[in-house]
Amino acid sequence: MATTLDPPRDTLHKSPVHPLWLRITHWLNALAALVMMFSGWRIYDASPVFAQIVIPPSITLGGWLGGALQWHFAAMWLLVFNGLVYLALNIASGRLTRKFFPLSPRAVVRDLIAALTGKLSHADLRDYNAVQKLAYLVVLLDLVVLVLSGLAIWKSVQFPLLRELMGGYDNARVVHFCAMAVMAAFVVVHVAMVALVPRSLLAMLRGR
Amino acid sequence: MKINDRRIVTLDRASILADATRELAMPSRRLFGKRMLTLGGLAMLTGCSITDHDSVNTFLTAVSRLNDRVQALLFDPARLAPTYTEAQITRPFPFNAYYGIDDVPHVDAGDYRLKVSGVVEGQRIWTLPELYALPHAEQITRHICVEGWSAIGRWGGTPFSEFLRRVGADTSAKYVGFRCADDYYESIDMPTALHPQTLLTFEYDGERLPAKYGYPMKLRMPTKLGYKNPKHIVEIFVTNKYPGGYWVDQGYNWFGGS
Repeated sequence: MATTLDPPRDTLHKSPVHPLWLRITHWLNALAALVMMFSGWRIYDASPVFAQIVIPPSITLGGWLGGALQWHFAAMWLLVFNGLVYLALNIASGRLTRKFFPLSPRAVVRDLIAALTGKLSHADLRDYNAVQKLAYLVVLLDLVVLVLSGLAIWKSVQFPLLRELMGGYDNARVVHFCAMAVMAAFVVVHVAMVALVPRSLLAMLRGR
Repeated sequence: MKINDRRIVTLDRASILADATRELAMPSRRLFGKRMLTLGGLAMLTGCSITDHDSVNTFLTAVSRLNDRVQALLFDPARLAPTYTEAQITRPFPFNAYYGIDDVPHVDAGDYRLKVSGVVEGQRIWTLPELYALPHAEQITRHICVEGWSAIGRWGGTPFSEFLRRVGADTSAKYVGFRCADDYYESIDMPTALHPQTLLTFEYDGERLPAKYGYPMKLRMPTKLGYKNPKHIVEIFVTNKYPGGYWVDQGYNWFGGS
């Protein structure tokens, strides 16, 4: 039934835009990252790193510090193990190199200008433009920094190397907060882009 | 290049049309989607936090218990917390308790007796002069609060592992529990109790431990978060039955390791 409805697409798109494993890991990661962020904001409020920056409690998760810590230290398992599965499948399948590289600063500037002037094509969701590639790679690395700085805060005595890498316990909190800000900015831009190209949401949900 | 772009755009239009046709053919699915959105919206409108549900709390508590076990595995009994110089001490060292500084308990030195109970074979009642006569150790370490802030302080006292051996504690027992003059209570795992930096402290910065920092004694563990370090201790007990703790019973993680 479906094949008779859209023959041109089926001949062009034999495989889904996003494989099933990618869609599952994407949504699990979205859930874990958001739970981490909203609960993290409540934890942050207990003793703000920057006195001027306090997150309104109404947009945090956990109700109080103890509750937020429980959410944070539960969602971390999902974030880490799901992230490891994503990375392993991405590297093993060759998708990481295929999708994200080559990537040059010139291409980023070119596509950024194209995007801002409304000339960027989103015809094939399979192809990431250079700005997209950069954004996804940045948030990927950012999540790694978030996990490592989080580990340095959580286990500053047990992981001395990580602690020193982050510039000590107190500084690890600064790193953790800044990495969170980068992730929050990514989420805002990412959701805005999805709103502009709604078909990308469908592709991430059902693969096509 | 131009031609190529146009071709993609044309194909795109066709696929949008196909998508739309398919959606129109399945009204039940669209209805389901709408209802899900409405359900989500309603759940938010009730103002009822997801944290309030019992099943969620049970799950989160179970994960917290799992995290206790993970931390026990990560805990290296030989790994020392970093130590600092006198110049790095945080001054003034912050006062912190579940009550205000005006409610700090007053403990009378003359009347004071430390009770040791549970699976121990030796001396069960200790006076302050007896405790002060024990081998002395000092440390300048970082106190990390569960809230995130940290402060460096200098504590003096006696190695707790030494004290446990002296009272003939069964060090194969699982827990060491504490009852305090301020109605605080806490418990720790045996490996942390035996850690070389775990001190039963009677001094702060070279002076007799002041009331605000836990007179007459505080168990100082640089390998654990602040709330795990009991002050104003009046009883120490060694047990295999999980004793919990003041904050732990309200939801803080029990191991609370750093």
